[in-house]
Amino acid sequence: MLEKTGIPTEEQLKEVTPSKERLSRGPVAIIECFQEIPCNPCYTSCSTGAIKELVDINEKPEVDFDKCNGCGICISNCPGLAIFVVDESYSEDKALIKLPYEFLPLPEKGDMVKALDRSGQVVGQAEVVKVVNSKAQDRTPVIWIAVDKELSMRVRNIEMGV
Amino acid sequence: MRTTDVAVIGGGPAGLSAAISAASLGAKVTLIDRNDRLGGQLIKQTHMFFGSQKQHASVRGVDISGILEEQLSKYKDNVEVLLNATVLGLYEDGVVTIEQGEEKYFKIKPKAMVIATGASEKVLPFPNNDLPGIYGAGAVQTLMNVYGVAPGDRALMVGAGNIGLIVSYQLMQAGVKVAAIIDAAPKIGGYLVHASKIRRMGVPIYTSYTVKEAIGKDSLEKAVIVQLDEKWQPVPGTERELDVDVMCISIGLSPLAELLWQADCEMKYVPELGGYVPARDEEYQTTVKGIYVAGDVSGVEEASAAMVEGQLAGLCAAKNLGFTSPDFEARRQDCIDQLNTLRSGPVGAKIRAGLEKLLG
Ligand SMILES: Cc1cc2nc3c(=O)[nH]c(=O)nc-3n(C[C@H](O)[C@H](O)[C@H](O)COP(=O)(O)OP(=O)(O)OC[C@H]3O[C@@H](n4cnc5c(N)ncnc54)[C@H](O)[C@@H]3O)c2cc1C
Ligand code: SF4
Ligand code: SF4
Repeated sequence: MLEKTGIPTEEQLKEVTPSKERLSRGPVAIIECFQEIPCNPCYTSCSTGAIKELVDINEKPEVDFDKCNGCGICISNCPGLAIFVVDESYSEDKALIKLPYEFLPLPEKGDMVKALDRSGQVVGQAEVVKVVNSKAQDRTPVIWIAVDKELSMRVRNIEMGV
Repeated sequence: MRTTDVAVIGGGPAGLSAAISAASLGAKVTLIDRNDRLGGQLIKQTHMFFGSQKQHASVRGVDISGILEEQLSKYKDNVEVLLNATVLGLYEDGVVTIEQGEEKYFKIKPKAMVIATGASEKVLPFPNNDLPGIYGAGAVQTLMNVYGVAPGDRALMVGAGNIGLIVSYQLMQAGVKVAAIIDAAPKIGGYLVHASKIRRMGVPIYTSYTVKEAIGKDSLEKAVIVQLDEKWQPVPGTERELDVDVMCISIGLSPLAELLWQADCEMKYVPELGGYVPARDEEYQTTVKGIYVAGDVSGVEEASAAMVEGQLAGLCAAKNLGFTSPDFEARRQDCIDQLNTLRSGPVGAKIRAGLEKLLG
């Protein structure tokens, strides 16, 4: 249970996961923020209007998957580091995941790293495709990784080394 | 004797905000902090803050401190900042005694004051809790993020509130392994997004667990943790030994209210707000006329609320001395609205319950 372990349940994840069809169409944001907290930078940072207005700042964020273009701007703006972008159109057998990563050393493009799930278990390998770390990320770099497609909804962290 | 309109005691987010808003109405402000720099707790907060844009959400705490200092510098003609200056006493006649550095000792007589001294970490009693290697979580955060020193190799975090979760994450950023986070409560108290980001680093979170004892000869070598039942009693046979050389205690804060006691402000015991807190009105004025409070000393909450409380207390302190501005009423109302919004959701329930007790 999320409140006891920090790991969201399958039901909670189902609520925030786009349809298979949408995932296969291209990059889309998945927001794993399941508690009503006074916070709204996800909404204010999204310029396409894909995140529904948080009229009450305590509301949980909700993404309009048709408006979201997967740009990933919201990833570095979320103080909870709870936003990921998944792109299942990346290649035949790989999915692309964009995730926030605030540890040194940073991986580099081309590195192979360990792919971890939401409990920190190693579930596979990932290839680092891009490291986005400009001023806009304000010290919350976004790492683009390619993983086996069936891991696209499981991998949520990386660890250096293989 | 030196005089000023508003003396602000404590230069954290609450005190800085109080100084800015009092100065913006034209009051002469003296801002006093015992540290060698302004910012209070903010200077060690390397993580992004929650809230909305008005409270600088998504900006790192340490950068918020810079933003506030910059705003304060706009009023440098009527603001005096005293650093390394500890307020030792408040007297009935309204005199404030200050020790600055090692030998300077002087008095100020302000027309009003805002007390924003923050809070201190609670301690947890267990056998050997005085072994070197056992720290308050906030102290460890200062060590790492202000002085760049890692406290050890492997840590146990006691307390899964926001501070425990955030300091665990920052321990890992500093290269320290976190063996586990434990909490006596059956649920994680901090924001679940913080819990999830630590969990996916592979750190287990054990709820309904407490520390049984610390073991070590000259310093911490092992910690023994034990599970608690629904009545918070240890369950025999569930003890576990963890090899750790650091233990961080983060079981809550209590308001640093000594000066308020000295000034004879009426105090009330409200556990939801961290312990004894001053009775106050909607303008954050205590029962002693001219003494205002803001931030954690008036009830342990968050920096976002502390800033807004500071703004409100600073505005009202200046206004009640006769300073004003055309938008005073709008700004006052905006502060009240922001505080209500921040506290309105489920995670604000405890604060709301505490305020209900405090304000009646
Ligand atoms: C690890 C950690 C993480 C946190 N994360 C967040 C977060 O993500 N978001 C959030 O909103 N909040 C967060 N907080 C809470 C936030 O830091 C506090 O709520 C906030 O700093 C309170 O502000 P304050 O101005 O009341 O007190 P403080 O920041 O504690 O400032 C008090 C100041 O008063 C000075 N002082 C005290 N006594 C005297 C005296 N006698 N004479 C002179 N000066 C004195 C101190 O030196 C200090 O500078 C966190 C806190 C911690 C410890
Ligand atoms: S990925 Fe881009 S478009 Fe999608 S929600 Fe985030 S900021 Fe908006
Ligand atoms: S910014 Fe992140 S933590 Fe804040 S509400 Fe949005 S998703 Fe949740």
